[in-house]
This record gives sequence, structure tokens and C-alpha cells, in this order.
Amino acid sequence: MSHAIIKFDGVSKVFPGGTRAVDDVSFEIFDGECITFVGPSGCGKTTTVKLLNRLVEPTGGRIYLNGQDTAQTDVIALRRSIGYVIQDVGLFPHMTVAQNIALVPRLQGWSDKKRNERTEELLRLVGLDPAAFRDRYPYQLSGGQKQRIGVARGLAADPPVILMDEPFGALDPITRAQLQDEFLRLRLRLKKVILFVTHDMDEAIKLGDRIAVMRSGRIVQLDTPRKILREPAEPFVRDMVGREGGIKLMKLLRIADIMDPADGMTIPADCLPEAEHRMAGSGQDILLVVDQEGRFQGTLSYERVMRRDRPCEETLLDRTCPSVETKDEVGATLEAMLRRKRVWLPVVGEDRKLRGVVTMTHFACFFTAGDAPSGETS
Amino acid sequence: MSAIEYCIKNIGLILKLTVEHIEITLIAVSISTVIGVAIGIYITRHQRAAAAVIGVAGVLYTIPSLALFGMLIPFIGIGLKPTLIALILYSQLALVRNTFVGIVHIDPSIREAGKGMGMSNWQFLRMVEIPVALPVIMAGIRTAAVMNIGTATIAAYIGAGGLGWLIFRGIASVNSEQIIAGAVPVILLAVGVDYLFILLERVLTPAGLRH
Repeated sequence: MSHAIIKFDGVSKVFPGGTRAVDDVSFEIFDGECITFVGPSGCGKTTTVKLLNRLVEPTGGRIYLNGQDTAQTDVIALRRSIGYVIQDVGLFPHMTVAQNIALVPRLQGWSDKKRNERTEELLRLVGLDPAAFRDRYPYQLSGGQKQRIGVARGLAADPPVILMDEPFGALDPITRAQLQDEFLRLRLRLKKVILFVTHDMDEAIKLGDRIAVMRSGRIVQLDTPRKILREPAEPFVRDMVGREGGIKLMKLLRIADIMDPADGMTIPADCLPEAEHRMAGSGQDILLVVDQEGRFQGTLSYERVMRRDRPCEETLLDRTCPSVETKDEVGATLEAMLRRKRVWLPVVGEDRKLRGVVTMTHFACFFTAGDAPSGETS
Repeated sequence: MSAIEYCIKNIGLILKLTVEHIEITLIAVSISTVIGVAIGIYITRHQRAAAAVIGVAGVLYTIPSLALFGMLIPFIGIGLKPTLIALILYSQLALVRNTFVGIVHIDPSIREAGKGMGMSNWQFLRMVEIPVALPVIMAGIRTAAVMNIGTATIAAYIGAGGLGWLIFRGIASVNSEQIIAGAVPVILLAVGVDYLFILLERVLTPAGLRH
């Protein structure tokens, strides 16, 4: 892993009145990472991220951004280097969409031309047509559109770090899911460090590379979504995950994570004459046939081979066998297998090349052992 | 002699007094606005002082105008000076309160976004707070202006000039024509200025807030 972009070192925040909102928190965030901060309200997650752009000043500990102590950095310059997106968006009502987006560039003295270009680029990036939206006012936008503009504004001056404080929390479930998906798509294109606050564990699992589970001002666990789901550090984390931890994990994991390679049961199409011999020798009653490029062609069952006296050839192939892709969700695949009454399925890549097989046993292991038989590969 | 005849005959005098009246009001409103908006902004930054400052402005506002003039005469004498001071003091409640309320009632999320994006205090005031609060501030200026036209009429009593002079002269000499020649222009002036400010408010309200 690359060096830490953000480092919290024993950071605390005690508000006047004695509320200990953040209590001796230490962590590091690495380049390109998205960390989701999750916990019940009042757990200190919002305060923690606001400590970074100094909307809240710590009462103890140090915070470093790119190795520099934020307490020693000019607060205005610091904030302009950190994108900020909040739940209520906070668009300026008297400014157009374009003026809202280009605000930080304007403060930084970008030329009109550069600002306009950037605004158009960002509008397209968040899925809004520049011609239709740039001159609108905030009151002319829906909630989802407002938050898209909020995200565009946060990205405007291309800050390396972005704070997002429950950005999708006020949206209806459909719009939220849509924006979450777009967030994931955006992340692939923009290499940013993101600190994302949410009270929704599902959102934290879906969007975070790592999840910081917080309670009473402390981080009780900072781990990958898989670790959080499989090895919750405390009953509290287990409770946060909820009773459907296994179901959530099934949505998170891909077939590639639980399948086994199919090496032993694969046969190239041009070796079909040897099939009978191989099957009789190994006791296998099914073989997976691939072409010269390794693409899945169909299955060959011992039963069918035995019924014919002629040498085995391609006409014996059962080409109706469905396959799943390595990137398919575990949960969706299980559902499909139950529906089709299949106990196993071949797994192919996006290039249709055979990658492995997945069987009901894999699912059984997945639920009982808490660990996939082939381990975590991706 | 009818009032109309009186007016035609004394048109020069009436115009001169009207101009005087407008001058007094204009000077008073301009100075009050600068002071009132500044104080209003100041107390948004020092909100502990807000209640006290608005309270004082409220007390000043309740003092009857003749009593206030009476209080000022021993110290400043008569004429334009005590008049302006009184008008400025009266205007403060509308201006300070409206400026304060207009700015304080800006959605907290807008405030947080501005701060979080790295706007300085001054930038936020200039680019966000004042434009967003402008309709409310303008309403305060309008109230102050209309009120000043009325109070300036009474100020003729202490030698400020303006259309009040005609009214007081008319009352003293039981001359209805003269009273009307002073009263009607003052009424028209007050109604006209009120309307003018309504238009001005509409023009100055940012497009994004006109809905």
C-alpha cells in the first residue's frame, strides 16, 4: 500500500460542556481509498470528518494531510484542498447551478473560460445535461439533482480529498441507490481519497473500501467490508451489521471469491475421443468442454457417452447448460441455481473463457465455515 | 380661495419644501442604512449582543417623536441636526432587526457549505449573506424611509423645514388650504416612496430567490 494521505494521531474532541464527541481516535487513510464512517447518531462520525477540514477544531491529538499537520495549515487553503459534500447540500439559492459549481474555482481565480469548461465537464460527470441545467436555480431542481450538483461542486477544484457527510441520507431509496451506483462508477474514474459518513451499514458496505464502525467517539473496528461482515470485532459491530450479515455478504462477494477452479474436469473439444477413457478412469460423470481459446462450449455427461457406441464427438455435447460469470453476485447466483434446480454451474469470465465451477457445497461452506473454501482471491 | 388655487399660487414654495423634505429623508435614510446594516451584521457575528442591541433599538423606537426632539434641543439646538439624529435613531430598529434576521435565517446548511468550501468570512458575507438577505434588508430600508417621511413632517416643528412647515403654519393660522397644500404632498410622497421601494426590492431580489 502507498503512503498515508491522511493520518489521525490520538485525536480527541471535547465540546464545551464536556461532551466527548471524539475520543482518542487514530487511523490512516491511503491513496485512493474510500473510508466509510458508520455508527448510530451521536457516535462522533460527523465530528471526526469535520476535524479534517477544521470545521471542528480538535482538543487533543494531531491530524496530518499529506504529512502536514493541519493545525499548522492555513484553514482557508486547507478547506479549498478538501471537497465538501453534505446531506442538505447547501446550494447557494441566489446562484445558478453553474455559479454554484464554479464557486471554489472562482475564489481561486480561474479564468472564465476554464471555469465554464470545468462546469460543463462536471455536469456531464454527474449525469446532468449542461445545456439544460447550467442556468437553473436550486429551487428548480429535485432532491437528487441538487445532490448531484453538490457532488459536482465538491469536485470542482479537483481536490485530492473529499468529505461526504451523509450525502444521500435525505434522498428517497430509489434515488439513493441510483446515486450510490453512480458514486461507485465515479470512483473508478477519479482517484480520490474519500471520507464518507453514513448511518446506514448497507451503504457503508457498498461504498467503502474500508469501514470505520464508530461508537461513543471511538472507532471500534476499521476493516474491509468482508472482515466487518465475517469477523465483527465486537457484538456492537455484529448488531450494526444486523441479522442479515450473511445475506449482505452474499451481495458483496462475487462468484470468483467462492468458486473452485475447474481444471480437473475440463476437456478441450479436440480431445473428445479420450473422454470416455478419462471418465471411466476418474469416476467423473461430467466434463466441461472448452474450445481452443478455452471458451466454454457445453457439458458432456458419462451417461450420454456410454449410450453411444461410436467414438465420442461434439454432437454429444449438451449446449443448454447455463453458466454464471465470475463477477456475478453470490446471492443472485444462489437464487438462480435454486430457481433452475441446479446443484452446480460452470463459471466463465466476461470473455466466456471457463474459469471454474460453483457448487452448492461452496454455498454451504460459505454459510457454515464463515470462509469460502477457496479463500479470498480478489 | 380653494386649496387648488392656493397650490397653484404657491407652487414654487411647495416644490421647494418638497425637495427639502426629500433631502432630509434621503440623508437620514442613507446614514441610517449604513449604520443599521453595519450594526445588524456585527450582531450576527456577536449574537450574545444581539438581544441587547435590538432591545435598545426597540426602546428608541418607542419614544414619542416630539419627546425625542425635546430631549435633543437642549444639547444640539434646533434645525436639521437634531432632526437627522432623531430620524437615524428611529430607523435603527427596522434596519438592525431586518439585517440581523435576514442573515441569521439563512439555511445553516448554506452556511456550513460555504465555510467548508473555504470561503473567508468576508467572502461569505459579500457573496452569500448579503445577496440572500437583501430582500429582507430592503424591506427594512423601505420601512425606515416611509417612517422618516412621516417623522420629518413633525420635525418642521423644530425648524427642520420640509412640508411639515406648511401644515404647522396652516394649523397656527387656521388656514385649511395651507394645511392641505402641505399634507397632500406628504401623503403622496410617503405612498410614492413606499411603492418605489417595492419595485426596488423586486429588482434587487436575486433571480434564484424570486419564486
